[in-house]
Amino acid sequence: MSERVAVRKTYKLYIGGKFPRSESGRSYIVQDANVALSSRKDARDAVVAARAAVKGWAGATAYNRGQVLYRVAEMLEGRREQFVALGVPGEEVDAAIDRWVWYAGWSDKLAQVYGGANPVAGPYFNISAPEPTGVVAVVAPERPALLGLVSVIAPAIVSGNTVVVAASPAEPLAAITLAEVLATSDLPGGVVNLLTGKISETVPTLAAHMDVNAIDLTGVADAGLAAELEIKAAENLKRVLRPAPADHDWFADPGVTRMTTLLETKTVWHPKGV
Amino acid sequence: MTATATSARSDLSELGRSETALRTFLHGLPGVDQVGAEQRAAQLGTRSIKTTAKAQAIDLAIRMVDLTTLEGADTPGKVRALAAKALRPDPADPSCPHVGAVCVYPAMVPYVAEVLKGSKVHLASVATAFPSGQAPLDVKLADTRAAVEAGADEIDMVINRSAFLAGRYKEVYDEIVATKEACGDAHLKVILETGELATYDNVRRASWLAMLAGGDFIKTSTGKVPVAATPPVTLVMLEAVRDFRAATGRQVGVKPAGGIRTTKDAIKYLVMVNETVGPDWLDPDWFRFGASSLLNDLLMQRTKLTTGVYAGPDYFTLD
Repeated sequence: MSERVAVRKTYKLYIGGKFPRSESGRSYIVQDANVALSSRKDARDAVVAARAAVKGWAGATAYNRGQVLYRVAEMLEGRREQFVALGVPGEEVDAAIDRWVWYAGWSDKLAQVYGGANPVAGPYFNISAPEPTGVVAVVAPERPALLGLVSVIAPAIVSGNTVVVAASPAEPLAAITLAEVLATSDLPGGVVNLLTGKISETVPTLAAHMDVNAIDLTGVADAGLAAELEIKAAENLKRVLRPAPADHDWFADPGVTRMTTLLETKTVWHPKGV
Repeated sequence: MTATATSARSDLSELGRSETALRTFLHGLPGVDQVGAEQRAAQLGTRSIKTTAKAQAIDLAIRMVDLTTLEGADTPGKVRALAAKALRPDPADPSCPHVGAVCVYPAMVPYVAEVLKGSKVHLASVATAFPSGQAPLDVKLADTRAAVEAGADEIDMVINRSAFLAGRYKEVYDEIVATKEACGDAHLKVILETGELATYDNVRRASWLAMLAGGDFIKTSTGKVPVAATPPVTLVMLEAVRDFRAATGRQVGVKPAGGIRTTKDAIKYLVMVNETVGPDWLDPDWFRFGASSLLNDLLMQRTKLTTGVYAGPDYFTLD
């Protein structure tokens, strides 16, 4: 019997729950694999997919979103070895799984902790409730490729936002493999959209896009580019998360700033009965 | 004008006199090659239209839009807002052209007429028991007259599909002739409702029937049945108006309606018009899009071209 020829994998984008090639047809070689080099138009398509997914995802109950995030952790656990084979250290995969679980727990607690009844001088109930801001563009940190990516996606989507993520250009394989995990985790298509390729090609489009509500510049290492992106983002008053410092410890307690920055607070005045 | 063309012309005007003559003529039209039409339409959809050509196409498409609202829930306020949008689709950019027409139900015509008075935007009204057309003829004609009296200068009528599919072509013909008469000076657009005609051969026959009876425009659909305008159907209709002009010298317009929602789709139709009937039809007087959501996509693409930044639906009106 002849020796079996292994199937070589093509690493594609993840947009609207599907795995398309780049609209431009381009690819680049990284980590010994061909990876799609996304274009401005892929970024545009990803925003359209993300916008379409907002209604269903933000409208889902917090309990349901928490379950889906927990399901992601389950699926990631099952694929642990696959990530290790891609060169992701075992403890990083474990930390990434734990991070999904940690954020899953936050889904139905955000409104309690960051919303509530406000005391006012008048015959009113005054209630504040945090709501998702909408579509968030995210630049994932260069390293750690998996934990860093999970640490920027999970806080954005746990509250009901949808994201367009520019993956680490140097280590995109873990990102695309994570997309395969997401695609099999009951996460509705379009909630997470993943672009691989050059940050300088796709992110300026996202920063200027009028239908993007917030931008997370965590992975932008170049200070000049970060400033340029913030200026573009100012056009429609996007919420901005500034780049993370180079020595940021991704294994440490993530804190809540990432979640709370991507929320809008709605306050309701309701007349009290006599 | 040659002798044969003149005799062909008189022959065609005689057709409406008898059921037999109409049937013989319509069934004598060459059959449509279904695979060929679909392949041709798909092929024309692959053209890449970019930069300055795209900017021109978008402006032309905006001028061709029949901004439509045909809902039971239409109110005077809603149609007034729509009419205001027709006059100035992009309030932020004075260079943006106005649309071709506003299309509403007859009861809403007076409110739109107030807003459009003195402008070059046409006022179209559906009539003749739209969308089913299942009403007695005198009711349909009264519907038409009322719309014209209220201020509509274009009437979108539906053909009697029931009679057409039963093969009673003369009845369909006579209804169109009567409606045309009821229109007076208003332009008559004849809706074939191609989604209910089942075959491309029927689309070709209905197109010829509508043109022979005096329709100024032939329109694909009401937008009220699941299958609306498709590129192959529009291709068949464009070929019909081309052949009709060659045979009679009279030019008839075409209006695909329903299901055209994106700039990309609209540009595909413009390419098809240019390649099938030529630039004579690339004008709002001869080609229209029946659409509502298309306009916002055209405006967003236009904004992208002028500002270089992708626009979002938050910055344009909902209706």
